Amino acid sequence: MVKLLLDGIEDPSIRYLNGYRAHGGYQSIEKAITMSPLDIVEEVKKSGLRGRGGAGFSTGMKWSFLDRKSDKPRYLVCNADESEPGTFKDRYLMEKIPHRLIEGMIVSSYALGVRHAFIYVRGELIWVAKHLEHAVGEAYSAGYLGNHILGSNFSLDLTIHVGAGAYICGEESALLESLEGKRGYPRIKPPFPAVSGLYGCPTVINNVESIAAVPWIVTHGGDAYSKIGVDKSTGTKLISASGHINRPGVYEIELGLPVEEFIYSESYCGGIKNGRALKAVIAGGSSVPILPAELILKTASGQPRLMTYESLNDGGFTSGTMLGSGGFIVMDDTTCIVRNTWNLARFYHHESCGQCSPCREGTGWMEKILHRIEHGHGTQADIDLLVDVSKKIEGNTICALGDAAAWPVASAVRHFRHEFEFHVRHPDQVTAPNHVANAAAYKYEEITHAKNND
Amino acid sequence: MPKITIDSIEVEVVQGTTIMDAARQIDPHTAPPAMCYHSGLNGSGGKCRTCLVKVVQTSETNPRPMPKLVPACRTLVEDGMKVENNSSPEVISARKGIVELLLINHPLDCPVCDQAGECDLQNLTFQHGAETTRYTEDRRRYPTKSLGNLIQLHMNRCILCFRCVYAADQLTDGRDHGVLNRGDASEIGTYIEKSIDNDFSGNLIDVCPVGALTDKTFRFKSRVWFTKPVYAHRQCETCCGKGVLWLKGHEVLRITGRRNAVGEVTEFICNTCRFESKSLHHWEVEGPAPIDQRSVISQNHYTS
Ligand SMILES: Cc1cc2nc3c(=O)[nH]c(=O)nc-3n(C[C@H](O)[C@H](O)[C@H](O)COP(=O)(O)O)c2cc1C
Ligand code: SF4
Ligand code: FES
Repeated sequence: MVKLLLDGIEDPSIRYLNGYRAHGGYQSIEKAITMSPLDIVEEVKKSGLRGRGGAGFSTGMKWSFLDRKSDKPRYLVCNADESEPGTFKDRYLMEKIPHRLIEGMIVSSYALGVRHAFIYVRGELIWVAKHLEHAVGEAYSAGYLGNHILGSNFSLDLTIHVGAGAYICGEESALLESLEGKRGYPRIKPPFPAVSGLYGCPTVINNVESIAAVPWIVTHGGDAYSKIGVDKSTGTKLISASGHINRPGVYEIELGLPVEEFIYSESYCGGIKNGRALKAVIAGGSSVPILPAELILKTASGQPRLMTYESLNDGGFTSGTMLGSGGFIVMDDTTCIVRNTWNLARFYHHESCGQCSPCREGTGWMEKILHRIEHGHGTQADIDLLVDVSKKIEGNTICALGDAAAWPVASAVRHFRHEFEFHVRHPDQVTAPNHVANAAAYKYEEITHAKNND
Repeated sequence: MPKITIDSIEVEVVQGTTIMDAARQIDPHTAPPAMCYHSGLNGSGGKCRTCLVKVVQTSETNPRPMPKLVPACRTLVEDGMKVENNSSPEVISARKGIVELLLINHPLDCPVCDQAGECDLQNLTFQHGAETTRYTEDRRRYPTKSLGNLIQLHMNRCILCFRCVYAADQLTDGRDHGVLNRGDASEIGTYIEKSIDNDFSGNLIDVCPVGALTDKTFRFKSRVWFTKPVYAHRQCETCCGKGVLWLKGHEVLRITGRRNAVGEVTEFICNTCRFESKSLHHWEVEGPAPIDQRSVISQNHYTS
């Protein structure tokens, strides 16, 4: 198994500078300062690294869009606001190996011509911010940060900033507003951050995992990185696996691993808990469409589904999903999909910033309809209404939170309509909190009661 | 100068014009509806999403369409851009959706609302709304708040267009007025109910597209269509001194700023003109104020 990001994680001392250096840490900086910044951008382009924050946009491309002609200072901001339900990989990396992110920030800043970089940490992860701050202190004393890094002309300051704990502040422009000390409202784009970002200056925003992959790319070269993985899904990806599996946790996988192997192999999830049947998977964090067992293991055309951007997206939104941020949520046959969808809708309703009308009003409406259906007060028309409301939000909002709220709802109805109908037709049977409509049997009349949803 | 085609009508505009302003140059009545954008307020727009249009060709050099509907008020034109507004079923359907969403928590209390007759939301609903609601849950409710002795806030009616926030920010000093809370719990507020006390605070009433901010000195005095608007001016030290007097007989019931064809206030007026000059002898009357023919106010069967 290749490990680039989590390399050395079994050694607890890697959290500190000496331990990290013993594992070869900070070598990429020595190499980087002998290279020209644009050559590093070129290497990152060659590596095929794609943004690990959710959208999967080429990191090298993003870097090359940075406005280098403007005479304003340039900024690099690391998005460590990880708040997507089901995703907890950045936190793990920062907790265990904070220096890998810091090294990535230094090398990336060098490549982008940045003098001052920021790491925006989610408010709830206060201990992670403390780890990072300690590590930043160590890096300053070792001469990796500050003026004339390792005797070169390159100087960099790195600031850890803690948010107040809002999902919306993970959206890059809301993050910038928050970092500037304002309310975390997403900006209306264009202009994009590459032209006008933090304090109106050209800015690159990348996810923790994207930045942490850069040192390896600089040390070993972009070509070496692009050989890992398959096709356009190069390198490794951290997957945070949770739900009804035997071995939940964060795994570094080589992209291209079959989904079936990931779920059932003893090296990864280790199969479904208590030997139950797999019912559904949310493959990339709560925002991506949910897929039923038969579509997550194999694509609609019968190909084995792989953990890659392309394969998970095979079939578009009709029968596919997205790799997203790698929050892999597994559900067994005791799960009530309606209840799960309601829970997600509740999250998005709570986290909508309220700036634009479709998201502000629509997320609340969807939650209410789902609440009604789940508690046995829904009607057949409510199911269509639900899909219709999700369509009114999707694509019409300022930022992607609206889409993130609409997709899980639309896909749950698309793939598990029978379960919604069951709730409508048998209100008496869905009032117990641990009820479950048995999807595996595909019969409306059959219902099993799990003792508890463990 | 870039040329842009909107619903097959071509218009030439200066560089840096938005699709909205280009469409208004063609005809203010067919331009996309704007509930949040106000040309006199910096940074406004982009929030209500009623002005979404479809860009079928981005520019002369980039013939590709834009992937999503874009807000006309915040998207700049490019040479050779082709836009579909009222001619696109997708746009009309999205607009209907937005109106529905704007109304689900709206109290629909037009019969007792002072804004009725000159309400942008009422007009928008008339044009794009459905006859009935599909929303069966309880509507959001807030207590009515007093923002000082001149302005009343009915948060229930607010559509969170942020116009008043920008107006308060840009026309008055101090930062008392803003949005509290998040998501659909957001509300307009003055921090700890601090009253708005400022020479230009009355303009918040004028920029509000709905009846959320109303004039306390006019509340419940009359329906607007029973009054007659006339243009008038006066010598004023603080503002332009150009207002609209709303008359019933010779009595001045209220005073507002002047509006352009799309209902935006063109020049902001001070509180002395608005609230303390309610008598014809304070003013030099110029003549009847232009009112859109389709507006209920222009029917005006009731005044002498
Ligand atoms: C509502 C919302 C929440 C987001 N939350 C995060 C987040 O917590 N962490 C993150 O890295 N990206 C998040 N993103 C994506 C960022 O906007 C941005 O695309 C990303 O940080 C870019 O980094 P990358 O190119 O390295 O993926 C979020 C996007 C949206 C719309
Ligand atoms: S009170 Fe009026 S102007 Fe202010 S946000 Fe609400 S609707 Fe807009
Ligand atoms: S007028 Fe354009 S979004 Fe409100």
